[in-house]
Amino acid sequence: MSKIHIRNGHLIDPLNQRDRQGDIFIAAGKIIAIDKAPDGFVANHEVDASGCWVFPGLIDLRARLREPGQEHKGTIASESHAATSAGITTICMPPDTLPIIDTPAVVELIHRRAEAAGQAKVVTLGALTVGLKGEHLSEMVQLQQAGCVGMTNLHYPILESQIMRRAMEYAASNGITVFINAEDEKLAGSGYAHEGQVSTRLGLKGIPETAETLAVSRKLMLIEQTGVRAHFCQLSTARAVQMIKRAQYDGLRVTADVSAHQLHLTEMDIGFFDSNCHVLPPLRTQRDRDGLRLGLQEDTLSAICSDHQPHDRDAKLAPFGETEPGISALETLLPLSLRLVEEGVLTRSDAIARLTCQPASVLNLPVGSLKPGHAADICIFDPAQRWHLSEDEMVSQGHNTPFIGWEFNGRVRQTLVDGKIIFSRQA
Amino acid sequence: MKQQDIQLDSEGRLRHFLTIDGLKRQTLVDILDTAENFSTVGSQNVKKVPLLRGKTIINLFFEPSTRTRTTFELAAKRLSADVLNINISTSSASKGESLLDMLRNFEAMFCDMFVVRHQTSGAAHFIAEHVAPHISVINAGDGSHAHPTQGMLDMFTIRRHKKEFHNLSVAIVGDILHSRVARSQIHALNILGVPDIRVIGPDTLIPKSADNLGVHVYHDIRAGLRDVDVVIMLRLQRERMTGAMLPSEKEYFQCYGLTPDKLALARPDAIVMHPGPINRGVEIASSVADGPQSVILEQVTNGIAIRMAIMSMTLGRSPVSDKEGV
Repeated sequence: MSKIHIRNGHLIDPLNQRDRQGDIFIAAGKIIAIDKAPDGFVANHEVDASGCWVFPGLIDLRARLREPGQEHKGTIASESHAATSAGITTICMPPDTLPIIDTPAVVELIHRRAEAAGQAKVVTLGALTVGLKGEHLSEMVQLQQAGCVGMTNLHYPILESQIMRRAMEYAASNGITVFINAEDEKLAGSGYAHEGQVSTRLGLKGIPETAETLAVSRKLMLIEQTGVRAHFCQLSTARAVQMIKRAQYDGLRVTADVSAHQLHLTEMDIGFFDSNCHVLPPLRTQRDRDGLRLGLQEDTLSAICSDHQPHDRDAKLAPFGETEPGISALETLLPLSLRLVEEGVLTRSDAIARLTCQPASVLNLPVGSLKPGHAADICIFDPAQRWHLSEDEMVSQGHNTPFIGWEFNGRVRQTLVDGKIIFSRQA
Repeated sequence: MKQQDIQLDSEGRLRHFLTIDGLKRQTLVDILDTAENFSTVGSQNVKKVPLLRGKTIINLFFEPSTRTRTTFELAAKRLSADVLNINISTSSASKGESLLDMLRNFEAMFCDMFVVRHQTSGAAHFIAEHVAPHISVINAGDGSHAHPTQGMLDMFTIRRHKKEFHNLSVAIVGDILHSRVARSQIHALNILGVPDIRVIGPDTLIPKSADNLGVHVYHDIRAGLRDVDVVIMLRLQRERMTGAMLPSEKEYFQCYGLTPDKLALARPDAIVMHPGPINRGVEIASSVADGPQSVILEQVTNGIAIRMAIMSMTLGRSPVSDKEGV
């Protein structure tokens, strides 16, 4: 394996509180030294990173790659390529594939295909209950042994509180983190937009704030009782952030994340039925958006994820309520997060932390840092390059995004995974 | 965000008619004036004008309708257009053909206008965004979003009885939450300058941000009807009774049904309107529906003139715009 010397980059490594010029030395897929070359190191490849920022590859806590089962929307190869083109080196995939990730065989299949694709690393969440049906506990230990980094039932209901409790107890006794998408399925009903001004004006079926807050409060009670380590995914309301903050203050082992689009868009962006703004949980109010940003500042929300959901064209070609929810979001994760730095919400180092070491700690994986000994998963970013998102240039198979035409400052130049330059953008 | 004024052409003229939301006051007045010109056509010996001769209009109804479809058809025929009625039941739509494929097929038949009714909010906008550029789209009701021709015919009816809008109190009673008619009426009343618009119903039937629509919310019908000039009753869909929206028809009628004693709280010259079809004994007492203050059947008649006006204006053939052209 080649030895690489990345020279003269501005290294940003929040975990090690490093934010200054430096060099990185890589051998056998790992970072072996920072600043000073080890004795006898002879690079067979040099990367000049002058003027660039160099930080750990991003860890995305939620991206659907659509394989197996929905390859017309995306494949492990196409979407993991989109990820590396956007500086993401580890992707955490939820279990709602077809077949569902509730047996070790599916986990192994995904790992094999991800390896064959040779792009970003792909890790999986297993189904908390068999078939995500909320009835029987899945074989969590076997799934964990096969490589699942946690369990989740996504937004699929577990109608019996006793089953939810048992699932949490079982996960807790095996050191498994439970990932929770908080939604009260009865209050959410068949809704597809925030119940508020816009749903009122356009006659869209609403999802009230309480669909999230009620679910968060019920889950928090069970987390407290069972002592399970839990992570709340893609919160959308300011009030839920306050509830998590309170729970953390009370000593519960809970963390939470937010998707990048929720930090920039509100219900108003639906305009006249823009189906690219059909997401679940729905885009909410300005107040919620500000509350999510505050939660990020205060570190109540420790990670920003993409909640990537690529679609085929037809999935979005229908009246708003009949379209499929979600945004093709891998390629805007880093740009939208860095925009928060421009807008004064986060420092640059904090923004990078919420994309690297902090999600790594949620997954309990040894990635997301530039420490010697760690895998050389690295993003080299040119802050001077201005660009705007266009459909033609998107790498993901899904082009469904409301951010087409947005202008961004800075772009990924190179991405390394395990010390290999997987992606290079031609200047 | 998508372009907001998709229903207007580059010179601000109506190209589609999808919603009243966002239109200018003058546009609404033009529609009412044009409809006034057309209102005598129905009583002539030959009930036709040749404005849309040679044009083909397709009524595309994804939801059953009698009144709206019939008045659209009559309106088109009185303008001398060729009309095709297509009723697409949910069963045939579920054969798997997408809405867009269906549209392409009808486009291939060289038509000039789609009149669309659909069960999903935003369907008319979606179709307008995707049709060939020479085709106009008229929204004949989409989900809970809008029913703008109904809204305009109601304004026409109000203007005939009340002349001015700027001094009126108007009450809309019933299921506002699910009503596309109410939304279109509320936009039209606001744009035309009605200072006091009230919506009356229990919270289960009032959208959560109703205040943002520019209305006052009343839960007590007796307080809400006091001294109003216009009472608009909405149809209560039977299926609302089966869920948890309301306890029973009987209790609904007792609380919100329009009876003579409740109507007596309004101004003595108040008119009573209803978009139809009415549920006697559920939202309105027969004695009120058939009484002297009711203008419910006039609304139906006025629907033809309003639809003639909107069809001719969107296809660029209104008598008003022709006059301007001279």
